[in-house]
Amino acid sequence: MVEFIRSIVEHINYVASVALFIIGLYTVLTHSNLLKKVIGINIMETSIFLFFVSIGYVHDGSAPIINLGGDRVIYVNPLPSALILTGIVVAVSITAYSLSLIIKLYEAYGTIDLNEIMEIRGGRTNE
Amino acid sequence: MDDLIVKTITRLIVPFIQVYGIFIILHGHISPGGGFSGGAVLGSSMILFTLSYGLTDATKKLPHKVTGVLESGGIIWYILLGLMGILLGGKFLSNKEVGFFMGQAGEILSAGIIPLITVAIGIKVASTVITLFHTIIEED
Amino acid sequence: MKKGLFIIVLSGLFLLLVASILQMPSLGSIENPSYNETAVYYLENAVEDTHAPNAIAAIITDYRAFDTLGETTVLFTSIAAVISVLKISHHSKNKGDKANG
Repeated sequence: MVEFIRSIVEHINYVASVALFIIGLYTVLTHSNLLKKVIGINIMETSIFLFFVSIGYVHDGSAPIINLGGDRVIYVNPLPSALILTGIVVAVSITAYSLSLIIKLYEAYGTIDLNEIMEIRGGRTNE
Repeated sequence: MDDLIVKTITRLIVPFIQVYGIFIILHGHISPGGGFSGGAVLGSSMILFTLSYGLTDATKKLPHKVTGVLESGGIIWYILLGLMGILLGGKFLSNKEVGFFMGQAGEILSAGIIPLITVAIGIKVASTVITLFHTIIEED
Repeated sequence: MKKGLFIIVLSGLFLLLVASILQMPSLGSIENPSYNETAVYYLENAVEDTHAPNAIAAIITDYRAFDTLGETTVLFTSIAAVISVLKISHHSKNKGDKANG
């Protein structure tokens, strides 16, 4: 039991990222409001960012800005931070595109609730 | 929205936000920050202006044509910098091998094409944020 | 009913992911396999190669600048997609109104 708790504490960031991922997936699956689905997708993306940045973390490490002329210090891994910039840009683009699609859906159906849209389209609901 | 307090505070604070964004972009290679975060700060200042003054005033300050030119200009400037590496006898987007001005590490005018590329990314991100916001909140 | 099913399935997924994550190397250790020779190379040679103390700026705008060019293309594509969704049909609706009127 003590081993298990210590192992949880050693991986606390990863556990938090998994929890965020599950929360986002639950939001996407259970809510029928399209805006809430987009928020769930954003929470899932945030969990992936937290996971990647946690991989690069080093104890007592400073930010990867080289200390010119000073002592040699330990830096955190710069590579995951640089890669996650790409992920953030893609997240912004996907959010903007899905929001514009939701605006078009609202103009067409007058609602952004998925069940109501399904009813208007053919009488079949998702429940 | 006709709130005097919000409008006055916005008018006072927007230049400072923009100066801070430009500072982040120009110091991208020697301090935390860079093109993406500085561009996001610049775009957010314009979003604040739009929220407090309305879309018509904001498009009067920054028309769609200007943001379109800035978007295309940022990416074309980036590609031209890359092609300059080929022109000087190296590879696409090569920096030190083809003899760009390197300078002393830690100063603003140093590091070859890195500050120029950072400026390109900053302009691109700022105009993207502003254009997306203006396009999405546009009614009718 | 449906919500209960989702909660059961997602808690099973949570247990699976946590059980696999606990086998990873612990957080913040310098022995982490992700702290490999690539990261060490970037940290040691960034100032010499690019004269930029910010290692992340050196990576995204010098070592992997072509990657960043693709990233800005993603932004461009998102603007093109949003404008094509929101603007184009608006104009065609105007045209239809004119034709009808």
